[in-house]
Amino acid sequence: MAAQDNGITLVEAVTQALAFELKNDPQVVVFGQDIGANGGVFRATDGLQKTYGADRVLDTPLAETMIAGIAVGMATQGLRPIAEFQFMGFIYPGLDHILSHAARMRNRTRGRLSCPIVYRAPYGGGIHAPEHHSESTEAMFTHIPGLRVVVPSSPARAYGLLLAAIRDPDPVLFLEPKRIYRAAKQPVPDDGEALPLDRAFVLREGADLTLVAWGASIKETLAAAEQLSREGIEADVIDPATLKPLDIHTIIDSLEKTRRCVIVHEAARFGGLGAEIAAQIQEYAFDLLDAPVQRVTGYDAVMPYYQLENAYLPGVERILAGARAALEYVRDSGE
Amino acid sequence: MHKPRLQLQASFDIAYLQYLDKQGQATQPLPDFATPDWLSHCHRQMQLARLVDDRAVKLQRTGRLGTYPSTLGQEAIGVATANALMAEDVYCPYYRETGALLERGVEIEEILAIWGGDERGQNFQHAPKDLPICVPIATQMLHAAGVAFALKYRHQQNNQPLQVAVASSGEGATSKGDFYEAMNLAGVWKLPMVFVVNNNQWAISVPRNAQTATQTIAQKAIAAGIPALQVDGNDVVAVAWAVRDAMERARRGEGAALVEAMSYRLCDHTTADDASRYRSASELEQAWQWEPVKRLDNYLRAQGLWSDAKQQDLDRELAQVMEVALTNWESRAPEPVTAMFDHLYARLPEGLYEQYDQLRDEQQGVAE
Ligand SMILES: Cc1ncc(C[n+]2csc(CCOP(=O)(O)OP(=O)(O)O)c2C)c(N)n1
Repeated sequence: MAAQDNGITLVEAVTQALAFELKNDPQVVVFGQDIGANGGVFRATDGLQKTYGADRVLDTPLAETMIAGIAVGMATQGLRPIAEFQFMGFIYPGLDHILSHAARMRNRTRGRLSCPIVYRAPYGGGIHAPEHHSESTEAMFTHIPGLRVVVPSSPARAYGLLLAAIRDPDPVLFLEPKRIYRAAKQPVPDDGEALPLDRAFVLREGADLTLVAWGASIKETLAAAEQLSREGIEADVIDPATLKPLDIHTIIDSLEKTRRCVIVHEAARFGGLGAEIAAQIQEYAFDLLDAPVQRVTGYDAVMPYYQLENAYLPGVERILAGARAALEYVRDSGE
Repeated sequence: MHKPRLQLQASFDIAYLQYLDKQGQATQPLPDFATPDWLSHCHRQMQLARLVDDRAVKLQRTGRLGTYPSTLGQEAIGVATANALMAEDVYCPYYRETGALLERGVEIEEILAIWGGDERGQNFQHAPKDLPICVPIATQMLHAAGVAFALKYRHQQNNQPLQVAVASSGEGATSKGDFYEAMNLAGVWKLPMVFVVNNNQWAISVPRNAQTATQTIAQKAIAAGIPALQVDGNDVVAVAWAVRDAMERARRGEGAALVEAMSYRLCDHTTADDASRYRSASELEQAWQWEPVKRLDNYLRAQGLWSDAKQQDLDRELAQVMEVALTNWESRAPEPVTAMFDHLYARLPEGLYEQYDQLRDEQQGVAE
């Protein structure tokens, strides 16, 4: 698929990466529900079965535990399975296999067997989907030792990080922010170049404030940074991209300069990844901070049906409010 | 009420297979593979399993092993199943499989290591593609389905003979979704795999009839479109015949099959269990009447293939094997604590260097 002049979308970049790897590595197999003739409900596997055959791009019966579990067996024998869950809200029946088996296989066999699996799932809210289609529970998965959790936030990062995830010798949960599947186009050369995992990306540079966000929230976070810039405040915007293991050092480096930090995520606040990042900042950089780390997040409420979803998702205004709280904070000297 | 316009009637038969009856007499001519050598080999391996099992329970009682799930009374199933596999097949065992692991070539010291809390035990030297033993119930059946897919895929790529994945489980495991999902997929995708269900009548304290309302476990396979049969699981010949037949079918590309092996758990569920709380002494005593080792022993003696003198030789030999294994196991250097990070990821992520160093320093502190 040649990149058009104005580029490709994030979901097309996913397709492009899958196609590249199917073509170049015969051990790669792709499977999930409706991914064959239908190309997946979001068309992420569009055309792949036609090109690579029904024995490498497989429609499975409707059973998520099975999808997660057979990937483990396949991977132990040297295949590179890429399993699609239709929505992150339906991944939980597979959790047993991801947590108890995929993430631990290398460890419990002292390196004899491993699980180079990519579990893909569209995630997050904002597309007016029915209940259970808008989940953002990435923090649960970042808690699991042995697993990688990767979230792209642009077409180029989707392509490069997915290639890296497929080639990685360990299991990766690859969460695709479906709200921005088609939000923007970008030229993405189909050159097979992977991007590094476990490395944060600095999307914008500034000396006054550090904004940390990932996935679809990058969109509003960059918009907030633009707004602040118009007011003369320049922000670093950091996308960790690999949420586990986390590259905290890029965030700390930024804090050496800015001393103030806002973390943005659409997942619920309590026990969310923002809490982990704030805790690490506090451990590594307590003395650097001029203000408490602010979190701008979804509420600790069930993701509402779509009439209320925009009220749930952190938008530009909430991010700006968080930024102002961080910027305006003055330590009480307690004289 | 509406009358149904179409009536479909389904009927099915579940075959039951036995060669050696409870007294060890042949109920029909034995299959060709059951030569004197083969029968003696099984006899030996079942006794080895029983010995390792007995030692493992004693080691647990003296605090040298952790919780251990005994295989007492079910040796025929494990030995016959593993014996039916070729080296390149992939075995996906559940936790109650000392007999099968030994027959598969896993070393006694590896088995002791596993239950002694040392992950190196799962690094099966002689069965490097086999899955580690699985503790969560029934998950291994889906892994086996994935393995079977990989074996079939390889076979189509390189034209080498089709290999087979074999999953073992207890009957309680057939209550779980994983079991049905694995069988369903194995049916739809015609996977080269065999399910061996050890129906030892109890899932911890829950008897078989409180586990499922089906008359047999085997009939559960019918809904998935795969063939199944029930065998006398205390008859090593019957188990071997059924598993071999299923393996050959799978190797011919005809897909999966299920073998339900009827047996009885003569032991507690694990060393942490006390089965006298939930089952009667008389039931247990009954079950001892048809246990698998004695049955084969009777048969071999009646054929003039076994004697007290031969048994004494074997006892000495196995005791020796066990002693060597114990010594090897006990003389293993402990694993460095940093091993918990060494095999977590292929390469340690930078974000974990600090925790790794902390752990290493703590260990050095202890050593000093
Ligand atoms: C998912 C899961 N639930 C519960 C347990 C605890 N547990 C261990 S063995 C067992 C009974 C299994 O019985 P069965 O499948 O018949 O095998 P058996 O132990 O009798 O050989 C249970 C409930 C477990 N290991 N995994």
